[in-house]
Amino acid sequence: MVEMRSAKQLNKKFLREGMWPTIFCNGCGHGVVLDYTFWALEELGWDMDNVVFASGIGCSSRLTGYINADGLHTTHGRAIAFATGIKAANPDLKVVVFTGDGDCSGIGGNHFIHAARRNIDITVIMINNFIYGMTGGQLAPTAPLGSIATTAPYGNIEHPFDICELAKSLGANYVARWCVTHPYQPIKSVKQAFEKKGFSLLEFLAPCPTAYGRRNKLGDIKKHWKWYDDNTILMEDYKKIMQYGSDEEKEKAKDKIQCGVFQDIEKPGFFEEYQKLIKRVQEKPSKGAKK
Amino acid sequence: MVYKRDPKLIREVLGNKVQFILGDMACVYGGILAGCSFFGGYPITPASEVAEGMARRLPRVGGTYMQMEDEIGSIAAVIGASWGGAKSMTATSGPGFSLMMENYGFAVMTETPCVIVNVQRTGPSTGQPTLGAQGDMMQARWGTHGDFEAIALAPSSVQECMDFTIEAFNLSEKYRNPVCVMTDGEMGHLRERIVIPDEKDLKLVERVRATIDKEKYIPFTNSQTQKNSKVPDFPTFGTGYHTYVTGLTHNEKGFPATDKQPDHERLVKRITEKITDDIDKLTNVEKTNLDDAEIAFVTYGATARPAESAVEMARAKGKKVGLLRLKLVWPFPEKEIIKVAKKVDKIIVPEMNLGQIVHCVKEYSCGECEVVSAPKIGGEMHLPNELYKYLEGK
Amino acid sequence: MIEIKEDWCKGCGICIERCPVDALEESDKLNKKGIRPPKLKEKNECNCCRLCELICPDLAITVIAEEVKKDKKKSLLRPVGGRKNGI
Repeated sequence: MVEMRSAKQLNKKFLREGMWPTIFCNGCGHGVVLDYTFWALEELGWDMDNVVFASGIGCSSRLTGYINADGLHTTHGRAIAFATGIKAANPDLKVVVFTGDGDCSGIGGNHFIHAARRNIDITVIMINNFIYGMTGGQLAPTAPLGSIATTAPYGNIEHPFDICELAKSLGANYVARWCVTHPYQPIKSVKQAFEKKGFSLLEFLAPCPTAYGRRNKLGDIKKHWKWYDDNTILMEDYKKIMQYGSDEEKEKAKDKIQCGVFQDIEKPGFFEEYQKLIKRVQEKPSKGAKK
Repeated sequence: MVYKRDPKLIREVLGNKVQFILGDMACVYGGILAGCSFFGGYPITPASEVAEGMARRLPRVGGTYMQMEDEIGSIAAVIGASWGGAKSMTATSGPGFSLMMENYGFAVMTETPCVIVNVQRTGPSTGQPTLGAQGDMMQARWGTHGDFEAIALAPSSVQECMDFTIEAFNLSEKYRNPVCVMTDGEMGHLRERIVIPDEKDLKLVERVRATIDKEKYIPFTNSQTQKNSKVPDFPTFGTGYHTYVTGLTHNEKGFPATDKQPDHERLVKRITEKITDDIDKLTNVEKTNLDDAEIAFVTYGATARPAESAVEMARAKGKKVGLLRLKLVWPFPEKEIIKVAKKVDKIIVPEMNLGQIVHCVKEYSCGECEVVSAPKIGGEMHLPNELYKYLEGK
Repeated sequence: MIEIKEDWCKGCGICIERCPVDALEESDKLNKKGIRPPKLKEKNECNCCRLCELICPDLAITVIAEEVKKDKKKSLLRPVGGRKNGI
């Protein structure tokens, strides 16, 4: 049983003094993700002295600056590699990585693949706004086909990246995708991801009215947020429609982006296994090891 | 489970006090003796043996070895581990060193202690992977973008590979700056006799950790517990200081201050001056036969060995020749150079590159004597005869 | 009733748009940035569901229920509940 909290109390506990209001544009989904993280942390009751937040470069990576905990704001795309090092030095710390679509699936793709493959015990929160927002609106690897960006002024001809599929195939312990527009499921999912051992990926579809919305004729903030309601679908609903729906319903649902928890398995984390290796090696050194 | 350095276990794992080992393995020994508990590496000739040695030895002393997906990931994990409280190092060669430059700059900006061993090979690009060179000396000083000070050591023997790795850890912990150990393919793959120092002869320096009250603690300013130190106290992650570490220009509290000129100047000046202020303490050179010398060799690393033989040959024939060997190459020992330049008529700088450190020698000799470059590239070391020819005025 | 941190509000209008009972509207005063922060309508049916508090990107809204039915809940996410026709 928990005592109810208000946003005011959360602000006092989790925000760095003097850093608010945020640099995010009005209508931006990043502030909402931060919101959800705070509610999940409050529910879990973690000791903020033991939590470390790492981030790369971009709008998503500014989130670590606002949280009142140890934060590492690193170079573009490398946040996951830095987080691996922090966890290696002190496996008792809880490490959370805030990253963006370009930061994680573009320049940081390689680090993401190997951290997921190794099942490093971190939680990666990737905030996907289909564009490189901080630097002015360049094309991102997750941008939908046909979208406009400053470096794709005639329309995007590349196919978008589905990072949840990649994480699933690499065997990550927890893979989920949510929109920021509805609060209850994302907050529960963040809580589940934090508690999970091993690699957890949370993809948040967040609106970027300034860089993406403006160029792609999504109108004002209200229309842009509504786009997410109309173009995403829960994966359970998608499965039911594809199985039992009429042709018309299937046609409508076919191109929508699926949201939900895609994978939730238990596999031991890398550093858990490494501690076992150290124990094994220290008890019985192998014959060839003397060299 | 955080690493605890156990001197007895370390010596048990390393083996006999006197051993005949590879230069790369000597770097491994040096790291483990210094208390390194994290190695993040990627295989590259001729530095793969460092990674292999660490993979075998580090788990036995309780440390963590990780083979990362590339060199960029390696240096990133090393920096992250340092902030988690571990002493960490990596080893690479030319192409990997180039890849690491961005995060090397990040380590300088955030004042993170770490050690990078660069077993140099001929370049540019893939070059000759199995042959040694000294072509990265300027890169160690200027490789990453922006203004910064570098610390780099150049060992000339396998014993020094071990001793300088320990010294590199000490310097990086003291100044909170990344330190490079610039060996080369020749030194890395050479087998020589080493003597492992006893625990009582080993001098280790640990970073000054932050211990003062959290309300009063300021992360990026002069030390609040040590007098006259521009090196801030280190707030390890997980100890409750809630530090925000960023590569952006930051103010003293660590928050980005990217639109204020005085903040940037104050920050960059402090992180360069914390090293340049101590140039006299850092200078580490070896002088041979310089008292009455008329010609001197100024060199470092592997080329010091043929230079020593050339000096002996010359002295046997009555020529007054001396040798100044730079053990610490960066920050450059300007005062030692001008002292030698005033005494001798000619300085010869043999290097396994087309001339890199010779430019600094020319600059800091201030025209007091003639400075001649003796370059040799292609993976072969200078022969003493070849260096002797320079003494005859060729 | 709701409490708005006026200088934090950026005027995105999400709370007004998403309120399930349409209880919010723009107020007349301007904050430091020239934005009109939201306020409860005179005749509103706010039932303290707290959706606005959960979804505000700037954490600028706090919902204060006059009469809280239960002080302790299984999860923080349960709506507080309170009197209808909130003050």
